[in-house]
Amino acid sequence: MATAVEPAAAAAGAGGEPLAVELKGITKRFPGVVANKDIALDVRAGTIHAIVGENGAGKSTLMKILYGVQAPDEGTIAINGATVELKSPTEAIRAGIGMVFQHFMLADNLTVLENVVLGAENLHGIGEAARTRIREISAEYGLRVEPDALVSDLGVGDRQRIEILKVLYRGARILILDEPTAVLVPQEVTELFEHLRELKAEGLTVIFISHKLDEVLSVADDITVIRRGTTVAAVDPKDVSARQLAELMVGSELPSPQTEESTVTDEVRLTLEGIDLAGHGTARKILDGIDLVIHAGEIVGIAGVEGNGQAELVEVVMGMRRPTSGRVLLGDTDITEAGVRQIREAGVGYIPEDRHRHGLLLEAPLWENMILGHQTQAPNVRGPLIDAKAAKAETERVVEQFDVRTPSILVTAGSLSGGNQQKLIVGREMSHTPRVLLAAHPTRGVDVGAQAAIWDLIKAARRDGMGVLLISADLEELVGLSDTIRVILRGRLSGEFDPNVVTREELGAAMTGAAAAGEEEAR
Amino acid sequence: MTTTQTAPPPLQASIAPPGRPAWYWPAVIGGSLLVISTVRVLTGANDIDSSGALMAAIGLAMPLALAGLGGLWSERAGVVNIGLEGMMIVGTWGAAFFGYHYGPWVGILGAVGMGAAFGAIHALATVIFGVDHIVSGVAINLLGAGTGSYLAVRTFTGLPGGGPTQSPPLAQLPFLSVPGLGEVLLGIEKSGTWLLADLAGILRALTTNVNALTIIGVLLLVFSGWFLWRTAIGLRLRSCGEAPYAAETLGVNVLRYKFLAVLVSGALAGLAGGFLTLVASNLYREGQTGGRGYIGLAAMIFGNWRPGGLAAGAVLFGYADAIQLRGGGDVIHAYLLPIGLLLLGWGIWVLVRRAEGKSLAGGLWRIGMSLLVLLWYAFTTAIPDEFTSMTPYIATLLVLAFSAQRLRMPAADGQVYRKGEAD
Amino acid sequence: MKFDVRKFGLGLAAPALAIVVALVLTSLILLAAGDPVLAVWQVLFKAPLPRQAVAIVNEASVLYLSAVAVAIGFKMNLFNIGVDGQYRIASFMAAVFAGAHFLPGWLNIIVSIIIAMASGAIWAAIAGVLKVGRGVSEVISTIMLNYIATYFVAYLLKGAAVKIEGSNATSTQVLAEDSRVPGINLEGLLGTGREVYGLVFLSIAVGILFWFILSKTRFGFDLRATGQSESAAVASGVNVKRMVVVAMILSGAVAGLVGMPLLFGQDYAYGDTVQAGLGFAGISVALLGRNHPVGMAVSALVWGYLNQLSNGLQISAGVSDRLVLIIQGIIVLSVVIAYEVVRRAGLRMEQSRVARELDARSTLEPKGATA
Repeated sequence: MATAVEPAAAAAGAGGEPLAVELKGITKRFPGVVANKDIALDVRAGTIHAIVGENGAGKSTLMKILYGVQAPDEGTIAINGATVELKSPTEAIRAGIGMVFQHFMLADNLTVLENVVLGAENLHGIGEAARTRIREISAEYGLRVEPDALVSDLGVGDRQRIEILKVLYRGARILILDEPTAVLVPQEVTELFEHLRELKAEGLTVIFISHKLDEVLSVADDITVIRRGTTVAAVDPKDVSARQLAELMVGSELPSPQTEESTVTDEVRLTLEGIDLAGHGTARKILDGIDLVIHAGEIVGIAGVEGNGQAELVEVVMGMRRPTSGRVLLGDTDITEAGVRQIREAGVGYIPEDRHRHGLLLEAPLWENMILGHQTQAPNVRGPLIDAKAAKAETERVVEQFDVRTPSILVTAGSLSGGNQQKLIVGREMSHTPRVLLAAHPTRGVDVGAQAAIWDLIKAARRDGMGVLLISADLEELVGLSDTIRVILRGRLSGEFDPNVVTREELGAAMTGAAAAGEEEAR
Repeated sequence: MTTTQTAPPPLQASIAPPGRPAWYWPAVIGGSLLVISTVRVLTGANDIDSSGALMAAIGLAMPLALAGLGGLWSERAGVVNIGLEGMMIVGTWGAAFFGYHYGPWVGILGAVGMGAAFGAIHALATVIFGVDHIVSGVAINLLGAGTGSYLAVRTFTGLPGGGPTQSPPLAQLPFLSVPGLGEVLLGIEKSGTWLLADLAGILRALTTNVNALTIIGVLLLVFSGWFLWRTAIGLRLRSCGEAPYAAETLGVNVLRYKFLAVLVSGALAGLAGGFLTLVASNLYREGQTGGRGYIGLAAMIFGNWRPGGLAAGAVLFGYADAIQLRGGGDVIHAYLLPIGLLLLGWGIWVLVRRAEGKSLAGGLWRIGMSLLVLLWYAFTTAIPDEFTSMTPYIATLLVLAFSAQRLRMPAADGQVYRKGEAD
Repeated sequence: MKFDVRKFGLGLAAPALAIVVALVLTSLILLAAGDPVLAVWQVLFKAPLPRQAVAIVNEASVLYLSAVAVAIGFKMNLFNIGVDGQYRIASFMAAVFAGAHFLPGWLNIIVSIIIAMASGAIWAAIAGVLKVGRGVSEVISTIMLNYIATYFVAYLLKGAAVKIEGSNATSTQVLAEDSRVPGINLEGLLGTGREVYGLVFLSIAVGILFWFILSKTRFGFDLRATGQSESAAVASGVNVKRMVVVAMILSGAVAGLVGMPLLFGQDYAYGDTVQAGLGFAGISVALLGRNHPVGMAVSALVWGYLNQLSNGLQISAGVSDRLVLIIQGIIVLSVVIAYEVVRRAGLRMEQSRVARELDARSTLEPKGATA
């Protein structure tokens, strides 16, 4: 499909200044895959430059190369006009580059001060001088960082600010942020972008990676698009729309889940009554009076910032945790005290948030992974014995039906890409026709094609009468799939929103609790 | 700052987890002293805290503390070192061999060297090759035991007083005393007065016949605390055990720090072995270590991976060890009394607090156990030798069982780290 | 399948490499110590005499039992270092019961074996319960229990000991004739009067059961899953705490069997001359055999071979037979390193192969709108 936008050449140094970062012909190969191929990147000094691409396009690898964690197989890097070879993060730091990773690199058991000075102790020591300097930087950029706090006590927004302070402490003039808004709600995103503009005003260069196109368009000065490991375009955000950008990113239209006719019935599949979960050593409850009903043919979406109790709610429903009080009912059966196996046997399917930790045995073959979670159900077992033949046949069927790209069912699950792993898990859970499906962040870290496929699968399941509890931080996913959206905040379900009319700001406000009482709609 | 909504809540100043009040530890120590003193007077088991027993306790605590310190250095950098026992064994041989031919101080160097060599092997396997830490540790113990055994046969047979499983008698490291004090304190101690005699005994043990290596060991403990928590290098080392990938992104050479930490760990374990050979006794004997490497690890866990707690644990286990070595059947028998009473009190407390959710069963079985213990005390006069020998091992189990819950080990302890696999 | 042959080849490469490394390093040590290198290898690489061959099989059958006990734990990521203590207690209990001769003949033997398994299981269960109940590392607790078992049995032995005329040894009541398991006489075949333990069949049966349960049953699946990823196992419905205790009990039960061939086929009593160290040898065999039922059998034979042939080292080469401990230690260390290296290489190879094959397929199908 021809794109409607001409890739605009980024002015190589407006006014003759050298580019802050110039990458030419960067190529990086891993066993079996070419992560980056002939990448070109021109970043003007003192600008906010966004790099967009879908999951798996090669952005993270590129940033690791820029930060010295990986070395490119081919190509050159030039910082401020001078060619450099970045063989380690130390050299990148010395070149003035600072990186804020998507998954924060902080030691929980150490204090903020210790985390900030680590590796840079020679700058201001590890005592009072360092403390003073941290406070200075914090004040200068409004980061509100307290040096002697223990990192394990801090929330996500605070941790990100510490990461930014870490790079500023080392005198970085070029900041790289990898998917910085992945864990933030709209209000925090706005605040982050204010910080970035402030940094730009002080002459720093900011590169940030994202796949959230509207955010990128609102804050970036230049945009580079990467697709399947190579640069496809370098554009000026003023000249391009989100739709066009999306097309550049995927090569075709970016799918979004289309809402369909309602299939909600009156039959109640899952009921949560007054679920309470006490916290450890604090008076604050992890879950506080959760009441929820899911009907057959309904998708109930729960939106929330990480750490507000969603993960624990999932554990309670699945039987991995006992609530302090309250009941969980599957249909009419009380499953509050039931164990995980019983609950699964009773017909609850589970797509876990972290597929590597909870959903798969990475070093086991695919057919054994099909048995996982269903060790007591047909066709996997015959009495106390495993029926390998039947399990393998079932695996072949699922691989075929759910389009799991794999050369055979005998390879280990760890060899598959994230999207295919997730499709296998979805197929596994669906093929036991659960009465209720628990889907926690079902398309996290999954490429766009697989994402669309999984959305279709979930919608198909709903049409077939399944009840689905969808937990997600992807507002687009929630709006597109759910019949009704609840928000979880500090362990409580607040607000009930109609996905057809709710705005992202409303959801974001409810997710952070900035919403005044008046915004809570009557149930 | 945006203007349309309220600012997110301000970052809270660091709140230290609810710690113990300042009088906690002095109260525990003081209380224990009172209880022990009373038990001594009531039961007549004078060896319960005689200066002789306490000196033995200190002497036996040191190898545990050194081994545990070795474990601490390694685990603070994220590498579990189960192989301390094997490193101690080759340390005992090294001390004996070099001590016999070149004197005790060279013997100590030999012990340290042998321990470090085996530390290097463990580091090679775990840090360089990524082998599971515990598997490597077990293999090191096998290799260490075999190496020590073979080298002993090779080097001690035929020497006067030596044999295939034993070295000739060796010169020990010097023992130091504060002049004059010992006699005075011994007099007070022998008087047997409640509390005074005990205090005199403790003081005498701390100031008489203290070995040079003991002093060095204490200094090493203090040094470790300072080094790991107050220096830049110490911070980097600890970060390898807490968040190695984060450290890597900040330019810390994680592999190097892990390797060095395990080397130090081996050296300390070797030194612990040297202590056994040249201080706690005066020769090498096969099987000398008797599981002390593992008890040292238990002391480290008990001490929450900190030198201070480690020392306390080592003293506790060393005391148990000393009692059984001195044939303290009557001492352990005496301990049955306070243990029984404590259990009884605890059981009653649990029953009384039943309203707060404590279980009835829990209270009842504690009371039941206490009655068994008290009956045992009443109907016997001494504990059989074999049970006395078990004391340090049972003590280890009990201590771990009751304390293992409230601990916080380094976050990345035991994780296999591979360079460049961040994210 | 070509995939499997490659994997099998890689699997063999590691122990082969380990043995070569052990040979090289040991030779270096011998050189440094001034010992005759060639003489040592001549002694160790001789073909075993028939009576030695029988001894090797006997020793291997005992080591195999120990290794299986350890392997059950390893498959669950549990380290049962306490096999030594478990079989001590088990052997003692069985010896006392069998010696008391409440039951006749074969019934006596079978019930004693069951008692042995139960004793070993209980002793191991202590560590299991401490682990799930109080979070105590089983590595430390099983080792502590080893020492406690040694002293405990010594104490019990004092009470249960029976004086045997003409010897100073303390031991339990010697088994009556009908409570002994006859050996297998291969005189016609091999020309030696030395008999293979009758209970070698027990080892074989245990091995088969181990293989079957682990790979064919649901319980075995749960066990392996827990060892591979505890979090995934929990999410899949496995009750991990129960699994840990059950695994320790099974491990202890098999450990209890370790002393049975010796008790019923050779010593006929439990005394203070009982063999020690079989637990640690079992760990070595399990590591070398990579917890695989056949691998461990082969490793047990290798170990038995080394132990038997090293008996002649002192006499024939003037080198202490303790040298074999060093050889074995180096083998174990090298093999765990080699296995790790091979495992990673295998995973990488598989990942690239999968990626290549998928790429090959996708180029065959024309796709729309590609870059």
